[in-house]
Formats: sequence, C-alpha cells, structure tokens
Amino acid sequence: MAAKTFDEMRSGPDGAVRAPYAGVAQWLASTSAERLAATRQEVDLFYRRHGITFGAYGAAEGSETTIPFDIIPRVIAWDEWQYLHKGLTQRVRALNAFLADAYGEREICRAGVIPETQVLMNAEFVAMAQGLELPGGVHAHIAGIDLVRVGEKDFYVLEDNVRTPSGVSYVLENREVMMRLAPELFSAMHVLPVADYSEELLATLRSVSFSDDAEPNVVLLTPGHYNSAYFEHAFLADEMGIELVKGSDLFVDEGRVYMRTPRGPQRVDVIYRRVDDGFLDPLAMRPDSWLGVAGLLGALRAGRVNIVNALGNGVADDKSTYTYVPEMIRFYLGEAPILQNVPTHRGDRPDDLKYMLEHLAEIVVKEVHGSGGKGMLVGPTSSKKEIAEFAQLVKARPENYIAQPTLALSTCPTFVAQGVAPRHVDLRPFVLSGRKITIVPGGLTRVALKEGSLVVNSSQGGGTKDTWVLAPE
Amino acid sequence: MLSSTAKNVYWMGRYLQRAKTTARLIEATQRMALQSSGKEAEGVVAIFGMEEEFRHSQSQEGQSQSQGKRQLVDLIDFLAFDESNPSSIVSSIGSARRNAREERNNITVDVWESLNGLWLELSAKLRGKRTNLDRGALIESAKKQAVMIFGAAQVTLLRDEAYNFFQLGAFLERGDNTARILDVKYHRLLPDGRPHSDTLDYFAWSEVLACIGAVRTYRRIYRSSLDPMKVAELMMLRRDVPRSVHHCLWMVDLSMRELADTYGTRGEADRLAGELHARLRYARIDQVFDMGLAKFLGGVRDDIATLSDEIGRQFLLD
Repeated sequence: MAAKTFDEMRSGPDGAVRAPYAGVAQWLASTSAERLAATRQEVDLFYRRHGITFGAYGAAEGSETTIPFDIIPRVIAWDEWQYLHKGLTQRVRALNAFLADAYGEREICRAGVIPETQVLMNAEFVAMAQGLELPGGVHAHIAGIDLVRVGEKDFYVLEDNVRTPSGVSYVLENREVMMRLAPELFSAMHVLPVADYSEELLATLRSVSFSDDAEPNVVLLTPGHYNSAYFEHAFLADEMGIELVKGSDLFVDEGRVYMRTPRGPQRVDVIYRRVDDGFLDPLAMRPDSWLGVAGLLGALRAGRVNIVNALGNGVADDKSTYTYVPEMIRFYLGEAPILQNVPTHRGDRPDDLKYMLEHLAEIVVKEVHGSGGKGMLVGPTSSKKEIAEFAQLVKARPENYIAQPTLALSTCPTFVAQGVAPRHVDLRPFVLSGRKITIVPGGLTRVALKEGSLVVNSSQGGGTKDTWVLAPE
Repeated sequence: MLSSTAKNVYWMGRYLQRAKTTARLIEATQRMALQSSGKEAEGVVAIFGMEEEFRHSQSQEGQSQSQGKRQLVDLIDFLAFDESNPSSIVSSIGSARRNAREERNNITVDVWESLNGLWLELSAKLRGKRTNLDRGALIESAKKQAVMIFGAAQVTLLRDEAYNFFQLGAFLERGDNTARILDVKYHRLLPDGRPHSDTLDYFAWSEVLACIGAVRTYRRIYRSSLDPMKVAELMMLRRDVPRSVHHCLWMVDLSMRELADTYGTRGEADRLAGELHARLRYARIDQVFDMGLAKFLGGVRDDIATLSDEIGRQFLLD
C-alpha cells in the first residue's frame, strides 16, 4: 500500500492542487483566518440551538454534546463517484443475497465457499429469522459502507454496516449548514444535492411492506431520547413525516402490530427500527427489554409487519465475515469485485495468527464484533506494554480477532486550532435497497481531528465534514 | 398521532405556561417588595402551595441572618432557579424541553429552537454567583422568550390534533394560575372578603394586576382608580382579557370541542369544560361577591383540578 499519505487536495501531479479541489483551494486562499474562525463559531452555535447533539449512554441530560463539524468540505469528483457508486451497488447486492441465503438454504455453504459454522456459530445469528420470505428478498435495506482512500485510485472497504447504521442526519444537516455558511462556494462549484435522501428512504421503506396497501403505514422505532442517536431518529421521522414511536406506543393484537392513538389502534405495516435485535421483542429475545414490543416477531413471521433492517443482519457485517465478501460477490453475482477489501488476517487461521502475533507493532488488530473504535489495537501508535497485553487477549481467543495493515488514510485540509492542516478522513456512503438500489451522492465524511490520528469515530474525538460530489462537467 | 404525542404536547403547553406565570409573579413581587415593606414573599409561595418546600430550602441553606432582603433573594432563587422546586422557571422549562425533545418530529423547528435556546441560556447561567441584576435580566429574558415560544407555536404549528392538545394544556394551566393568584392575593389583602375598605393599598392592588400583566389593561377598560371588585372582575370574568379565567376556559372549551369533532366522541371532560366555561361566561361580579368571592373561586379551582384529571383519563395523558 502507498507509503506516503495521499492528501485529497494537495497530492496532484507535482504537488499541485487536484482539480476537484480547485474551488475549495481558492476559497481558502481568499478567506481570512479571522473570517474562518468566526464562521466556525457560528457553526457551533447553530448546532447547539438546533439541538443536533450526540449524547453518550448513561450521561445526564445536560451532557448532550455536539459532534465537531469542520467547515472545509471534502470533495469527490464525478468519475470517482461513478466508480464508487458501481462498487457499492455491487457489494450491497451481494450482501443482501448472502443474508437471504444465510437465513434460507445456505447454498454458499454447501458450495464450500463459506463454512457453515461462520453463519450458524455467529453470535449475531438469529435462528428465529430462518425461512422468512421478506418482501423483495431484501434484508439490508439501509447499509452504511465504510470506505477509506489511500491513493488517487485506491479505495478500500474498511467495514460493512448492515444492522442499524447511523450518521445520515449529519450528511443532511452538514449540507444545510454549509449552504448557509459559504453560499459563494456553491455558486462556484456544481455540487450534487443530498436533500432527497428522506424521500428515497420513505419510498424504500414503503416498497418493502408485506401489504399491498398503496400507502402502507411506516413508523420509526427508537429506544427513546436517552439514546445517543436520538436526534437522528427524530430528524428522520420528521423529514419523512412518519410517527416516531417507542416500544410502549406499539402493541400486537391477533398477529398484527398497532400504534396507540387517541383515535384508537392504528395498524402499522413497516417498522424502521433503530433498536438492536436483542431488544425488539421481550417474548422472543431478551425478556428484560423495555424497548421492544411483545409479539413483534410473531407478527413478522406471520407476514403482517416488516422490520427494517431485517433481524440477524449481524452475520453479514462482522469483521470475520467481511473477509468473505469478495467471494460472495463472485458466488452470487458472478462478477469480479469492484471495490477491494483491506487485506485481512484471520485469528482462526494458524498461519494468519502467527503473522499477527509477530507483527503486532505494525498492524491494526480488531475484535470481530467490536465497533465504535473500541477493542482495537493500533500497533504503530501503541506502547510495548499495550502490545504485550493485547497479545495475551489474542492468544486467549484468536478467533475473536482479525488484523489489517495500518492504512495511510487519505487526508483533507481541516480547520484546527493552529489553522488549516491535513487530517485523516474516511467515508460512509448510505446505500438504500428496496425494489431498487439508491445512493445519495457522497455520504458521511468523518475526520480524525487529532494530528496523525487514524481513529475517526465520533465517540473518540472525531468530527464530520460536508461531502461534495461534483456534477459532471 | 400517537397518544404519547398528545401527552407530551399537552404537558409542554402546561409547563411553558407555568414558567411564564412564575416569571411574571416574581417580577410583580419584586416590585411590590421594593415599594412597600410587606411580607409578600410568603404570599407568592402560597400561590403554588409551596410554603413547606420553601421553608425547607431556606433552612437547608442555613442563612436567615438578615431576614427581609435576604428572604426576597432566597425567594427569587427558589421560584426561578431551584431545580428541586418542580414549579421553578428552570424546572418548568426543563420539563417543557424534555416533552418537546420527545416530539421533535411533531413540532416545528421554530418552536423547538426557541424553547431549546431558552433552556440553553438558563442552564448556562444556573451555576455560580448571581447578582440581583443577573437575576432580573434572566427572569425578564425567560418571560420574553416564553412569549416568543408561544408566538412561534401560533404562527408555525399545523392546526392538527397535537395543536389542540398544546392549546388545551397551555390554557388550562393559565386559567388555573390566574384563579390561584386572585384567590391567594385577595385573601391576603382583604381577609374578610369585603371589597369596600377605607385602607386600600394601591401598590398591592396594582401588583395583583401586574401578576397577570394587566395594569394598563385595567386602565383601558375601566378608566378609573383601582377597585378590588373591578380587579376581580377583570381577572375572572372578562372574556376579552387573554389571561382571565373566563378567557382561558373559553379556549379550553374550544379545544375540547375541536378534539371531540376530530374523534367523534365526548366524555365527562367535555361536559365539565362546557359547564365551567358557561359558569364564568354568565356570572355577574356583584352576584359573585354576594355569594362570597372565596367560595366562588374555590369552586372554580376545584373544578379546574377535576377537569385536568378527567382530561388525563379521557385521552390517556397520565
């Protein structure tokens, strides 16, 4: 992999500004540092007043915090986006085919491509979801695919998120803020809009109702306002004009799901749930859950309500299944993968494990089911002691870990305390699958605000940027 | 619309109104205390039946050295900034915001932002020392912003069921508040209940009007000097005074009728709302005084409380 960090603005031929960034570079050069600083303050105020907050679990109400927003946009050229669009579509089609198969005949296992234990022994496997015929055969209706870039033409998929990926509200709000702050930039460059996401999402949700009602009743199920992503839940429900419900607003009667209203019970056809599998139905899953609805799974199995994303999607997006995705693409679609995986070593393979343990100081080791930047070791930035401790963890449960080379994530100019400096970024586009596949241009760019840091997670001090896909010339 | 939405917007209306009433009460009391040397502090606390809690909060702080002035400051802090007092401005705004936050998708950005902005301002200034100037500015700001939140609701909210529940909560609370203020103040100023007294405390009576922001309104309507009977009439029976008990119950009745039309059902709450509205609409002030103001007001207050319970039962708001 490229040794030198690729800067998305500066790494043009002979160190020139790359073409897609011409407008941004000019804007930066012509805007004073004071003006930029003032703009940044305006942003923080805007986010607080709007209450666009991200609260950590268990924190008191007053501790809602905002995710830092960086005012310098990240730019993607039209042809780059075309390539990503194709690759993302292909990957999500394969993931959906795999999920339908994993909860169906498991042909991919019988063909010897993926070991059956990979599916059945997976902690995320939900036995009750087997044999269900879901509308359109879709399981991962909303997928967030995390991409990183290491060179002019080198993009890698870092991870697939097909359970309840979040972050799309920031894509939409960041754009609103950016249009307010730098209208002059928009008039200089032709940026593809993202505001139709909510409409596409609603169309996707409606298209996967079991009922043939012309206007199926779609609701968004939230764990409630203590959830860290509550803002996003309320935002999306508002944008789509659908009810934002908690488990206590719903009940099941005779195999149908209803919501409680002053008019009496109203039928629900599709539930866009932002509640994890285990909490959905206290009768079928965790009996101590207050967030779910008793009897919900029964209604699903009876084909009376669809749950989006489907149950048990975790079998497709953990870091060990990840290594099989290129094989899935070949198996189900008969195509060569367009987007590449990061070369990954698996702890459950003896040769790979040996390599991992010998190279801990150079590589990144992650827990198979970990998320949010936790339970991982970044070798090059860790102390000897940390590495030794982590080695013990890996030896104790090798199958629980995978390892990847330390990628030199691309950087983008970012406004930090010292002025404008390059910081590492990733990209999470959101892929909608209903009767068709839709991807709004761009996605969520996360940026590691600490110098040299490669961890972009918001829970670990990451920020976000508006992501611009430029229209074709 | 969900039942839980009805509940949240209803309580949002009530808490917002409670905060606004409290802000006005504090301002009126402060003026009163500056102009005469009454024991008005206790009286204000009595309006919300919080005497016990107030004494408790004072003994906890253990500072009753120079009574008088100290007590007024304590009182203001208790009514405005004490988070352990559920009726304080800070607590009410906090509760209203919690309700609003749960219904962000059902209220407009304008309403949410103005409410959230007020909450942010209050919570930012809650800690640390406050001067009297800070107190005054903060309370004035809370009052003004509360008015703006109601304004935002008026001009931006969709006129649907949720709006009717918001109106219902706000006007029920407002009517209740005015009735409480009049009841308690009247009793303190004229314990024997007779409106004609030789020793009329001008400042005290203008303060009663100030509690509902109606000093100038009184002059416009009556063009005469302050008369306790007219003050009572204005606060209870005038349909055209937006904070009078009559006006508020008229609005409550209207909202109830809108909801009954929407749902096609009527219950005990509808009957009670109609009866209360009619009682205030057709009452005459001289007859009220013949009967005894305290008795009349007591009956109205009791029935507002019953109506509140019935609304909760009928629409599952509890």
